[in-house]
Parts: sequence; C-alpha cells; structure tokens
Amino acid sequence: MTDRGKWHERLKVTLWTLIVPPILWAGHFLFSYLWAAISCAKAGAFMTFPIVFVAGTLLALALIGLSGWIAWRQGGTPGSSAPHEDGTDIDRLRFIAKSTLLLAGLSFVGVLFTVLPVIFLRDCM
Amino acid sequence: MRRAWLCTPLLLATGGCNATQSTLDVFGAEAREIRHIAMILTVGAIVILAIVVALYVRAVRAPEGRLSHEAGMRMVLWVGAIGPAVILAALLVYALPAMRPRPTSPVDMVIRVEGEQFWWRVAYVPPGATPMLSANEVRVPVGRTVAFELTAQDVLHSFWIPGLAGKMDMIPGRTNRLVVRAEKAGRYRGVCAEFCGLSHALMAFDVIAMPADAFDAWLARDSVSIARSAGRGAALFDAQGCGGCHAIRGTSHVATIGPDLSHFGERLTVGAGILPPSVEATAAFIRAPQATKPGVRMPAYPQLSDADARMIATYLKGLR
Repeated sequence: MTDRGKWHERLKVTLWTLIVPPILWAGHFLFSYLWAAISCAKAGAFMTFPIVFVAGTLLALALIGLSGWIAWRQGGTPGSSAPHEDGTDIDRLRFIAKSTLLLAGLSFVGVLFTVLPVIFLRDCM
Repeated sequence: MRRAWLCTPLLLATGGCNATQSTLDVFGAEAREIRHIAMILTVGAIVILAIVVALYVRAVRAPEGRLSHEAGMRMVLWVGAIGPAVILAALLVYALPAMRPRPTSPVDMVIRVEGEQFWWRVAYVPPGATPMLSANEVRVPVGRTVAFELTAQDVLHSFWIPGLAGKMDMIPGRTNRLVVRAEKAGRYRGVCAEFCGLSHALMAFDVIAMPADAFDAWLARDSVSIARSAGRGAALFDAQGCGGCHAIRGTSHVATIGPDLSHFGERLTVGAGILPPSVEATAAFIRAPQATKPGVRMPAYPQLSDADARMIATYLKGLR
C-alpha cells in the first residue's frame, strides 16, 4: 500500500479531532434552528423542498461518518490484545480513537433526531 | 405501620382522580391520542426498567470472569448504545405525528379565548355570522372540529382542558391555534396552566361538550333579541356602575372591561370556576371579590348592603 492510500493513518486522531463530531452535531443543531427561523420569517412556512436543509444535514452526516471511519480504522491498529489500558502511545491512540468513534455514533444519532421533527412537522406553529 | 407507608404514596397518586378534569378520563380525540402515547411510554419504561434491573442483579451475582472483555464490550454496545438509540428513534417517529395539528376547513367553528387576570373572555365565531360573546365557560359541539384561537391581554396564561387536548400558551400580542374535536358529551373543566398572578390557581372554567344540534340551538338563541326585565336588581346594577365594566345584551350595557354577563344565569360556576352558582356566593363575590380571588381587578363594594347585593345577584342569576 502506498503512502497516498494511508492518508487516514497519517492523520492521527488527537484530542482536537475527538471534538469534531460533537461540534458538527452542535453546528447542525444551530443550523436547523436558523433554517427553521429564517424559513418561517421569510416564507411563513417550511419550504416545500428544503434543499438547503437537506444539503446541510447530508454534509453534517458525511463529515461525522468520515471522522467515525477514520477513528475506527485507527482504533483497529494491530497490536496487543484487549484491554488497552497502558500508558503507551498506541494504547492512548486506541483510547482516543474509540472515544471519537463513540462520539461520532452519538453525534450521528443526534443529527438524525434533530432532523426527524422537520420531516414530521410542516408548520411554524 | 407498614401498610401506612404503602397507603401514603397510593393516596398521593390517587388524590387527583376525578372525571371532570383528567388527562386519563378523556372526552376529546387529541387527549385520547396523548393518553395512548403516555400509556405506551409508561408500560415501555416499566418493561425496560425490569430488564435493566434483571441484568443488574445477574451481573452482580455472576462470578468474576464469566464474560470475556470482548463479550462485555459487545453487550455494552448493543444493549447500552444501539438498543436505546433504536428504541428512542422508534418512539420519536411514533410520537411526532401527534404534534401535527388537526386539519381545519373554513366551515369549522372558531372559538376565540383571551386570558385575563383571572378570567376568560370567550367569543364564538361561527362561519359567516357575528361573534357571540361570553366568559368563563366554553361550550363545544360533539363530533365537530373546533379551532380555538388563543391570546392574552395582560400576562402569559395557558389554556388547558385536560380531557380535551394538550395545553396551549396564551401570549399577549400573538394568536395560537389549538384544533380539537370533542367525542363525548358532558360537563368538564379547564384551567390556566401558566402562573399568571395571585389568583392563578383560581382561574378555571367550565367546559360543556354538547350534542351538535343542541349546540347549534344554544348558539342561535342570541340571534333573536332578548327581552330583559327591569326590576330593582337591574336598577341597582345601573346605579352601582356595574355596566362600566360588564355587558348584558338586551340592555344599554356594552362595556367589555370585565366578563360578559349576558347569560350569567346559565353558568355552572361563579368567579371563573371557583364558586357555586348560588345567589349567596354571587352576592358575596360582588361585595368582596378580593376575599375569594386575591389580586382580582374588580373593585369591592363594601358600601353595598347584603340585601342589595342579593338583589343584584338575583337579577344576574335570572339572565339566561
């Protein structure tokens, strides 16, 4: 495998990349509120085909999915068997990768739960 | 002694049981749906709690090393993360449609209700007809869709008829819509569900769900002119300036500051759902409204003799 094919391994998960999925979730949450508020204020109702909302949601889900995938690949770095709880670089990497993966899962579900009301509710109340 | 401990929570849990103001004893389609969702959530929560407790007991009793680290992690993933996420998603998808308002058509009855400290201004607006004003009592036809248009004059209130539908805030300067459909005739009760001042807890109203024909006849009776008798009570009502705030159709009193008294005699309660509809209670309320409703805006009439207050009350009770 070339170096080019291992870009996700060169991009090491750190405490900074750990917070990417929750930040995307929070950003999507804010985006949803802004989108609903602007739609209701300008159009008086949710738009019939909410292309901006669909695009923003897909982008958030894709980025969360990508960070989860990177974390999953790095967490699966071969080595000693579980539990990985020693103060070594590889165990730290595995820990952060697993935490990122779990946060990505939570954020993915969080974004979906934010989207569901828009699918079911069509009025601005 | 042990039984007393069991009785206390049981009494607390059942103390509010009644048929007129209950989310469990419903008479409207919306409240029925809400009760259905609440039942599913409650039963589901009990089942999940039982499973969690059973797993907990099993985990505590199991000998160490019975589950491998991997198997334990897999269980945490499925039972602790994926399972709850799927259950919550299913519940969300199931419950969200209940938030969609019932569709209305232009021929549906509109009832405008305004919350004021501490009473309810009610206007029935049948399609294509003039509004009929009332207060502190709401009548709805059974089997028809009714749209409540809710607002407030002074502070936040909340309009809640537990047996009919969920609650809806009444916000000054804004009109909220609550669409309902009553399914069972009877006498019920609604309340203010948002703290609005000293007498918030004393701000209630009667709800009467009537068969549609009876409702139409009840609403139509105002289209014929009402003859009002002029007796001593009516003269006192004039002399004391009651007409400065209250309207009585068929007389010269048209003020809209206080509750409309045109059909006061048919109301089931006095003082917005708090006093029995007797001459004594009405007379006492006229002389000292603050005594039963702290913070009420109606001035007291201590100078009025008990006999005169009763005369006015008798006159009001005769307004049907």
